[in-house]
Amino acid sequence: MRNTFSETLYAEATANPDIYIVVADISPAGSMGKFSSEYPERFINVGVAEQSMIGIAAGLALKGCQPFAYTIATFSLYRPFEMIRDDLCYQNLPVTVVGMGAGVIYSTLGGTHHTQEDIAIASALPNMQVLAPCDPLECIEATRWCAKQKNGPVYLRIGKAGEPVLTANAEPWQFGKLRYLRRGRDVCILTYGVITAMATDIADKLAAQGRSVSLVSAHTLKPLDREGVTAALQRHGHVVVIEEHAPQGGLASQVKQIAWDVRATCRLDTFTLQDAFIHNYGTTSDLLAAHGLSPELILAKIG
Amino acid sequence: MTQASFDPKAARSRCQGYRRRILDISQRVSALHIGGAFSCTEIVDAIYNDLMRKPGLSSPDTFLMSKGHGCMIQYVVLESLGVLTRADLDAYCTPHGRLGVHPDYGNPGIEASTGSLGHGLSMVVGMALAERGKRRDGVIYTVLSDGETQEGSTWEAVLMASSLKLTNIVAFIDNNDFQSLGRTSETHPSLYPLAAKFDAFGWETAEIDGHDSAAIVRAVTTRKGDRPLMVVARTTKGKGVSYMENAPIWHYRAPNKDEYAQALRELETQA
Repeated sequence: MRNTFSETLYAEATANPDIYIVVADISPAGSMGKFSSEYPERFINVGVAEQSMIGIAAGLALKGCQPFAYTIATFSLYRPFEMIRDDLCYQNLPVTVVGMGAGVIYSTLGGTHHTQEDIAIASALPNMQVLAPCDPLECIEATRWCAKQKNGPVYLRIGKAGEPVLTANAEPWQFGKLRYLRRGRDVCILTYGVITAMATDIADKLAAQGRSVSLVSAHTLKPLDREGVTAALQRHGHVVVIEEHAPQGGLASQVKQIAWDVRATCRLDTFTLQDAFIHNYGTTSDLLAAHGLSPELILAKIG
Repeated sequence: MTQASFDPKAARSRCQGYRRRILDISQRVSALHIGGAFSCTEIVDAIYNDLMRKPGLSSPDTFLMSKGHGCMIQYVVLESLGVLTRADLDAYCTPHGRLGVHPDYGNPGIEASTGSLGHGLSMVVGMALAERGKRRDGVIYTVLSDGETQEGSTWEAVLMASSLKLTNIVAFIDNNDFQSLGRTSETHPSLYPLAAKFDAFGWETAEIDGHDSAAIVRAVTTRKGDRPLMVVARTTKGKGVSYMENAPIWHYRAPNKDEYAQALRELETQA
């Protein structure tokens, strides 16, 4: 996904001289080499200095530029949090903060590199918009949108590498709207981000059991499509939320809140990361399973 | 502005007027940052009135008040330039006003929201980059407090400004040697010599008396200009009113009627 991001941003920057990228000693691969060699004045590497990464992006935006700030998700959001709050959100500047490798993608690097709370933290900030594409094609759509929007700041949560294409035949991507990757009648799986691949596998297995399954990418976490979530709760007998995020403040807790508000009568199951730091190592799948997120564990619970 | 066209009498008169105006406003509110506004009065005056081109909303140059708590002086200068109105300042910190204790982006003449220390210089770096990228010759002026140099984020920006060779940055440190819990030179003696640290980081530096308007203008107009400029200005917190000078209580306090009258008398004497 980071390659897709960099290729898309390079194309956008070629068309728009106001696009800058400010990185903190971590660079998206792929076309970012072309970006930095062709537009060296618009590729700023601050080094291991995330606070200034955000402040510099804010200064660029205050002068009419359209900057992106990019590094590993923990460092792009947590380390410079007050700069994001005051410089970007309080001033409502169109800066995109890219959190790369969010969730437990950095599965061998330990808890310092896991991003389990980012959606909650970013969503708590006034003016902040939160996007989490589920595959490289959605990443293209989200990046293009970020490159043009002037609403205010965006937190763009992306994966790292090797994510499969899941949305080739999906309905068009639209900011702020749930996106059905497939439509069914019985079960609706709401998910977002990289774990959508696992959700797709689960949807396939449920379909093989004869269930009619909807699979939805909730790529815009803020503003969340409340009407869309309400419709999903009302049109399906069973709604399942799967997310690579802590139980507090992510999609699961918001869907529960909406379900209460609209007096939903469907069955609602949520599957999230635990509210815990875990000290496991291995593949991303190993860590997700340690948190209780695997097709087998989820299928066993939703029956 | 060239050094030759600088008018010291006019600068002195303006600064006395600004201090009087801040004292007037102090009688309408329970508290305000007088001490830190008086310590950088000559610096902010010189930036707007002697250094920036066409000071006001159409200036190609930019002033960002990094030490946001000192913004009373910025407000009164902007009022004198017609950017803010008398009504704006009279409604300072009231429900029907738009000006608060710290600068708010979106208000006329306010280029960034500050108040939380250590944010300004990174935004200045971004602004300077944008000016260069857009092939404009705008100079970005800023004033930092000496306390702000304790923020790690300030040094991140210091490192980047010189590494990126941003010669369009002119920064001042209002080195009044006071912060909330005491004299900076006593709480953080290792901060000094301050100018040498910026010099080591690749900045052009100057050390001046921050209440000498001519010296302020001279430090900028005679700079080499091959690096960002940091002017370390020795200042006195509460400058101009004897009982406020170097008295920490006047960091954030409004004078009572008697104190106000005395302050005005002292300013008149200096005229």
